[in-house]
Amino acid sequence: MYSKYTVGMAEYRVSQDPKEVLSILGLGSCVGLCLYDPKRKIGGLAHILLPEQIPGQTNPFKFADTAVPALLEEIERLGASRRNVWAKISGGAKMFSGTDSLFDIGSRNAQAVKAVLQTWGIPLLAEEVGGSRGRSIMFYIEDGRLEIKTIGQTVQVV
Amino acid sequence: MGTYFENLDDMQLDALKEIGNIGAGNAATALSRMVGKRVSMAVPLVRILPLKEVPDWLGGPEKEVLGVYLTMSGAVTGHILFVMTIDNALKLMKILLGNMAPEKEQILEMDEIASSAMNEIGNILSSSYLSALADFTGLRLSHSVPAMAVDMAGAIVDLVLIEIARRGDHALLIETEFVEEENRIQGFFMLIPDSTSLEVILQAIGVN
Repeated sequence: MYSKYTVGMAEYRVSQDPKEVLSILGLGSCVGLCLYDPKRKIGGLAHILLPEQIPGQTNPFKFADTAVPALLEEIERLGASRRNVWAKISGGAKMFSGTDSLFDIGSRNAQAVKAVLQTWGIPLLAEEVGGSRGRSIMFYIEDGRLEIKTIGQTVQVV
Repeated sequence: MGTYFENLDDMQLDALKEIGNIGAGNAATALSRMVGKRVSMAVPLVRILPLKEVPDWLGGPEKEVLGVYLTMSGAVTGHILFVMTIDNALKLMKILLGNMAPEKEQILEMDEIASSAMNEIGNILSSSYLSALADFTGLRLSHSVPAMAVDMAGAIVDLVLIEIARRGDHALLIETEFVEEENRIQGFFMLIPDSTSLEVILQAIGVN
């Protein structure tokens, strides 16, 4: 039996419990960032809202540029080793069609997370981002697989 | 600031509810004219809630909903989101479009007629509620063209949550009921003012 933990907006969760599944339900333009050490089976999930930190705000998990190093640090604290760690990301959809620049925040988020992962030298194993549909994601600590559910489609595993 | 919004007393909520009622009355007139039959509207509930609780109000973050989004400008800036569950949206479209209304399995690929009809609902509600608020407060208010999406409640709301992550985070929720003959159809109209705009509204209606 798995135990499911739902990560809210701007929140994170790290785990080394193989029975734990970290999830985000109804992910739209936000990005879910999974980091995982496959050797030690330690993983973490962050629910990122915006590409760059806003001066004066202290929660690192809200922003792509600060969430990547913060989540890395948290899984290292559980014993993960940086040289083993890979990433999977999902989300960043454009939920409404139209010209309002606000609607493009999803793709800006996804691009920012990818750029920051590159800066930190973390390989991106899988990305399921963009499009116009919301997603629910489930990240399994036992093997690092990521299940992605979209309305009207079958569940994808990456 | 947020604490003012959360701690409105009954009288202040009554003032907001009255604005909601006037807006609903205007919207019902416009809607009846649009569909050529009598549609009335009611406002069973007005309340202030943290935006992140909105998906739970709608039945959970994975509940399939239809959302119409607009931005608010003028003396007050912010966002407008009108959300209804798919079942309610289908019933409403039945009233608006009769035989041309989509069936449940078509909801993800709605045609132009159905999506324009729902955008028009967003327009009518926004204009009606905003003009009621404008009349009450003397503030000049307007809104953008609508954009519509059908998806999980969490995914629809997170766009607005992202935008306000740096500012306020409460919504004025106006539960909106469309009543046509024996049909009662429920939707949620949400005004999400930027935090400075919230102050402007509360001051204008004499709260503070």
